Amino acid sequence: MAEPQMKVSEEIAITIQNMNKWYGSFHVLRDIDLTVNRGERIVICGPSGSGKSTLIRCINALEEHQQGRIEVDGTVLSSDLKNIDKIRSEVGMCFQHFNLFPHLTILENCTLAPIWVRKTPKKEAEETAMHFLEKVKIPDQANKYPGQLSGGQQQRVAIARSLCMKPRIMLFDEPTSALDPEMIKEVLDTMIELAEEGMTMLCVTHEMGFARQVANRVIFMDAGQIVEQNEPEEFFNNPKSDRTKLFLSQILGH
Amino acid sequence: MSDTHAHSVAFVRETEIPASPPPAAETGVVKWLRANLFATWANSLLTIVAIYVIYLILAGTLPWIANGIWNAGSLGECREILSGKVGACFAVLTERWPQLIYGFKYPTSEYWRPTLAFFLMLVALAPVLFFDLPRKLLIFTALFPFIAYWLIWGGTILTPILALAGFVGGFFVYQKFVKDSFALGAGGGALVALIIWVVGGWLIPDTANENAMLLAVPSRDLGGFMLNMMLGLTCVSLSIPLGIVLALGRQSHMPLIKGISVVFIEFIRGVPLITLLFVASVMLAYFFPPESTVDLFLRVVIMITMFSAAYIAEVIRGGLAALPKGQYEAADSLGLDYAQAMRLIILPQALKISIPGIVNIAVGLFKDTTLVSVISMFDILGMIRGPILASTEWNGVYWELLGFACVCFFITCYGISQYSQWLERRLATDHR
Ligand SMILES: Nc1ncnc2c1ncn2[C@@H]1O[C@H](COP(=O)(O)OP(=O)(O)O)[C@@H](O)[C@H]1O
Ligand SMILES: [Mg+2]
Repeated sequence: MAEPQMKVSEEIAITIQNMNKWYGSFHVLRDIDLTVNRGERIVICGPSGSGKSTLIRCINALEEHQQGRIEVDGTVLSSDLKNIDKIRSEVGMCFQHFNLFPHLTILENCTLAPIWVRKTPKKEAEETAMHFLEKVKIPDQANKYPGQLSGGQQQRVAIARSLCMKPRIMLFDEPTSALDPEMIKEVLDTMIELAEEGMTMLCVTHEMGFARQVANRVIFMDAGQIVEQNEPEEFFNNPKSDRTKLFLSQILGH
Repeated sequence: MSDTHAHSVAFVRETEIPASPPPAAETGVVKWLRANLFATWANSLLTIVAIYVIYLILAGTLPWIANGIWNAGSLGECREILSGKVGACFAVLTERWPQLIYGFKYPTSEYWRPTLAFFLMLVALAPVLFFDLPRKLLIFTALFPFIAYWLIWGGTILTPILALAGFVGGFFVYQKFVKDSFALGAGGGALVALIIWVVGGWLIPDTANENAMLLAVPSRDLGGFMLNMMLGLTCVSLSIPLGIVLALGRQSHMPLIKGISVVFIEFIRGVPLITLLFVASVMLAYFFPPESTVDLFLRVVIMITMFSAAYIAEVIRGGLAALPKGQYEAADSLGLDYAQAMRLIILPQALKISIPGIVNIAVGLFKDTTLVSVISMFDILGMIRGPILASTEWNGVYWELLGFACVCFFITCYGISQYSQWLERRLATDHR
């Protein structure tokens, strides 16, 4: 397996302790405890509405949590805007619907944040952007607009856009679930490559092949709680909880 | 299941079907006429009625225009020349056009000044309207208000220079402190600008206007279509930024800012513009310190600007609401702060969606500037209704004068609307 070459360090990237979140009176996330080491690749799965998106969106403060403690890269998430901006510039995020900026070219999409947030000179930012666009294998599209690209290409641009900020952690929220089947592979390949380079990744996905290949841990969530987590082999071959078994039987289709 | 399928379900295509052109479109004039004008009985009837109406209109107006008299001293003379025939008396335009354009009190020897200002306006607008032009031209655009002010009002050049100095000083202070905090930068900038203006105001001697390079022209002497253009341009360019601020304020999570924006917008939208103009002409003076006689032009500008800003704010709010939430989230997740996210991501897209609405309001605003004739300002309509129609020579020349006003407004408004259509096409990058 690819496991040995993808090292996980002892250093801690994300700590979540006793985290609770409500939408109004609806208790979405309940007593979440999670520690992610640097270089770890975690796949989060679970039925729709179980709070997977909410969980990873709390990590970069797109959603506010009401109780508990979240520490990202040594910075504790508080309502202080400076802290939030610092964490967001260290944590990249890819969305289900790509969320590229349609009024900017691919290159401008990639250079915008480095130029304005990191204050990188424009030329340097463009070189970095081209480097990452080459990495996701679409350097020739740099001057097109997002609307001119296919879904798979757009998602790869979105990944490149995040990478241009040189993030230490990447969050993915169902990056392939809005894509046509023939485009899923190209996006997964990009993500696998990223994993092999040792990026710390939290990935909400139902691509179980991807989970088996790159994850060091699979987390199963249901009703706002972490129900089960384990190494992928164990998780798939030997699920402990009934809810996990039911879920796996549904998505694996037998 | 049909027979063919029953025989052979398995099928493999062995030859490619070559692409062929679509069937030839039905062409020819007769076919076009039949399809578009005389397709059915009802259709033919409507076509004939429409043609008859068009004929009536043209039969009435064309001889009137063609027989028009361009050279005469009064309506009476026109009638003599026409001697009973139908014909327009365009002589009023030949004789009075300077008044229609510049008003009846603007010194004749100084007409070149507003004319020059008009052409400079075209230069100043060019880089704003056509963004392929070099960005350096915007420096001239920034200077244009001060140049135009000096050209039109004349008087000492110290006044526009002082105004400019205030803005420049304020801007530098803003630049210096904005990195620490936006509020500090904006507040400090405003304070410094105010200090420069007040101190400078003391320093400029009261007599400065008397022997100035350009003859001073007071606001009440401005008039004609020039006044409409001045009000229109000033109010549009001020109300768009104010409208953006109000729209963002209305979306704000801070209750006080949100409250102020909502109350302002709803109040202004609930009041007729004409009422606000009357307020401007009689009452607004109470709000300013008693010794300062705030110019009527400025008071009217404030009112019209507030009025259209409220409407523009609502249009922009619609544009903001039309943006998917993902755009805000993507901007946030990249670490952009509020001001950056708005300026670089949200507003460019929201404004693009809002262009038709904003143009609609700008055109309406421009036409509404004729309402100032009601508070005895002599814009083009005020000139027609007042000095020109009241004169003994031209009493009764309604069609020609009002037609001229229509043409002036139509050319400007049609130009604006054509520009906005071009802009929409030009900005269509998302290929949705
Ligand atoms: N902004 C919101 N306001 C109220 N309820 C929400 C909001 N966003 C999500 N929810 C609810 O929270 C639950 C978890 O949502 P989400 O984290 O998106 O689930 P998942 O990503 O696992 O499908 C769902 O029941 C959803 O309806
Ligand atoms: Mg989700």
